[in-house]
Amino acid sequence: MSLSSDVSLVRVRSRFWTRFGREVNVGDFVFRRVTAFVAALVVLVLGAIALAMVRGSQLSLAKFGFGFVLTSVWDPVRDVYGALPFIYGTLASSLLALLIAVPISLGVAIFLSELAPEWLRSPVGFLVELLAAVPSVVYGLWGIFALAPWLRESVEPFLAKYLGFLPLFQGAQHGFGLLAGGIILAIMITPTISSVSREVLRAVPSALREGALGLGATRWEAVRITVLPYARSGLVGATILGLGRALGETMAITMVIGNRAEISSSLFAPSYTMASVIANEFTEATGELYLSSLAEVGLLLFVVTVLLNIVARVLVWRVGRLPEGGRL
Amino acid sequence: MFARRDLLAGLLLALAACKGQSTEPTQKPAEAAPAPKKEEGISLNGAGATFPFPLYSKWIAEYNKVNPNVKINYQSIGSGGGIRQISQGTVDFGATDAPMKEEEAKLAPSKIFHIPATIGAVVVAYNVPEVTSALKITPEVLVDIYLGKIKKWNDPKIKADNADAKLPAKDISVVYRTDGSGTTAVFTDYLGKVSPDWKEKVGVGKSVNWPVGLGAKGNEGVTGQVKTTAYTIGYIERAYASQNKLPMAELKNKAGKFVAPSTEAMSAAADAVEMPDELYVSLSNAEGDAVYPITGYSYLLVYENAKDATKGEALAKYLWWGLHDGQAFAKDLDYAPLPAKVLTKVEARLKELRSGDKKLLSGA
Repeated sequence: MSLSSDVSLVRVRSRFWTRFGREVNVGDFVFRRVTAFVAALVVLVLGAIALAMVRGSQLSLAKFGFGFVLTSVWDPVRDVYGALPFIYGTLASSLLALLIAVPISLGVAIFLSELAPEWLRSPVGFLVELLAAVPSVVYGLWGIFALAPWLRESVEPFLAKYLGFLPLFQGAQHGFGLLAGGIILAIMITPTISSVSREVLRAVPSALREGALGLGATRWEAVRITVLPYARSGLVGATILGLGRALGETMAITMVIGNRAEISSSLFAPSYTMASVIANEFTEATGELYLSSLAEVGLLLFVVTVLLNIVARVLVWRVGRLPEGGRL
Repeated sequence: MFARRDLLAGLLLALAACKGQSTEPTQKPAEAAPAPKKEEGISLNGAGATFPFPLYSKWIAEYNKVNPNVKINYQSIGSGGGIRQISQGTVDFGATDAPMKEEEAKLAPSKIFHIPATIGAVVVAYNVPEVTSALKITPEVLVDIYLGKIKKWNDPKIKADNADAKLPAKDISVVYRTDGSGTTAVFTDYLGKVSPDWKEKVGVGKSVNWPVGLGAKGNEGVTGQVKTTAYTIGYIERAYASQNKLPMAELKNKAGKFVAPSTEAMSAAADAVEMPDELYVSLSNAEGDAVYPITGYSYLLVYENAKDATKGEALAKYLWWGLHDGQAFAKDLDYAPLPAKVLTKVEARLKELRSGDKKLLSGA
């Protein structure tokens, strides 16, 4: 399954360099050292960030301990800080974004790699990727002036009318809130997921497709039975990339999510994310404990991101080991 | 996965290219370090409040015409950042809307002066399409709206002062600033003064735990939400409301008069409050018939004893200019100029600025 293992590099041998009695290629030697250094640098930076976060949040760690992640009051006036609403808001908005973006992105990717006529593929692909080039503050402004009013006037009343029996679609309709945040994020991560997925699908050997079609499968069956199972670990990877962007997005979501440190079962209700609270309050934060608590929110965001990435790795690894054609 | 292979090949190619370059004998001779330019110009760096930024950038542009030798940079990073940077000495002057707290002043290596620079107002903007003339709002009503006690626009308490207005039976959508800001500090300072209930339950500060409402980022965010969302109420700096043509409420002041946020009403507030020796004071809820009650000074922060005499002198002269010629630009940008009696005190303070034993404004 893993194609990366059969990557064969063209060896250019130059025999004038010997060391320890062995032939060593100059290029290989330099290459190994340089790449090892770069790899070590990344690890070092990661470690330095983690260390700085932990040191910055000492005060708050000591004062609130584990309660920091379990309590919901965030009150700078009284110096009481609890980060649960931010953790909830970050996870909920990112999950919502994935729920919306993954089916759309997969559809885009399948269309572009399997079904679209040749002349249409690159312009549409280019347009989708163009979405990734829009600055997030522009998405935010669009969210304030177009998306939120539309949600408030049309979408939320509709959802409340037909699905209002679910706690998800109850409560006051502001337009600004978790739903708006999730939709903005979904739009922002769609180009990431769809363009990586498209590359992954393109990498599926056409022999597989042709085989399936030759056996009498329809287009849909060929995609479902051969292409998707073959590509699934790559598709999971694409989704994880999108999730990473959703977790860390700050500007656009801050502008539409309503920024209220509360946990509500409703998608209409305002919420708050970890990245947003740091961006919003750090510049004006005075007082050691306040700053320290904001640093701890940063630390938590870091931890959540690392944990999710580990889960994702495990998922990709497990999916990759399933037998060909096996179900997820 | 082919993409991965391509990437690897690309990396290899890039590396090969690098290798090729490094072995080339043509090592560029180290470029001669540019001779330090004999510049007579002095550059001053400042950072802080966003609230007076339009005025300060106007000052900088105008002062540059008067005195092209002095180059001034001002970064509007927020009052908290301004206080931190001046305390650490990374800038020549700071700016803040809320005066430094005692524990903040202790962090600075030496004495810092507050220099009141201008006067701004926070207005209550609203979007109720049915209402055509300015809404009249009492402090009690404003507090109750922000505490979530008044929920509908046709609440009898609002109606009491607005008999002529067609107030709809719609929910009030409350908007607040979510990012820490001097605007919020001035607004909550006022709410705390008029309501013990507010002071106890919510408190006063640059960021507070709001009982109700939606948070928007920045003055522009609150302005955007009020503008696009019917039945919304929010508080913003006067400039944002007037430039976006949002209706502003008339507030009932301590004397019981409903007053619109005009520059005259802001100056009246500054006239009514005696400026103490430390040169900072809250202007909210001031006495007087013509006073607009949510008004506040914005301050520049400078060290009493400048480390660098040349820079210190340039800064002192700039401040002197700002407090005299600079005041003329305030009105057009929706700020109010300092009243004469405050100016006299500020002048005296500026003359105390020194570097070592040398007074910086001796020649002025």
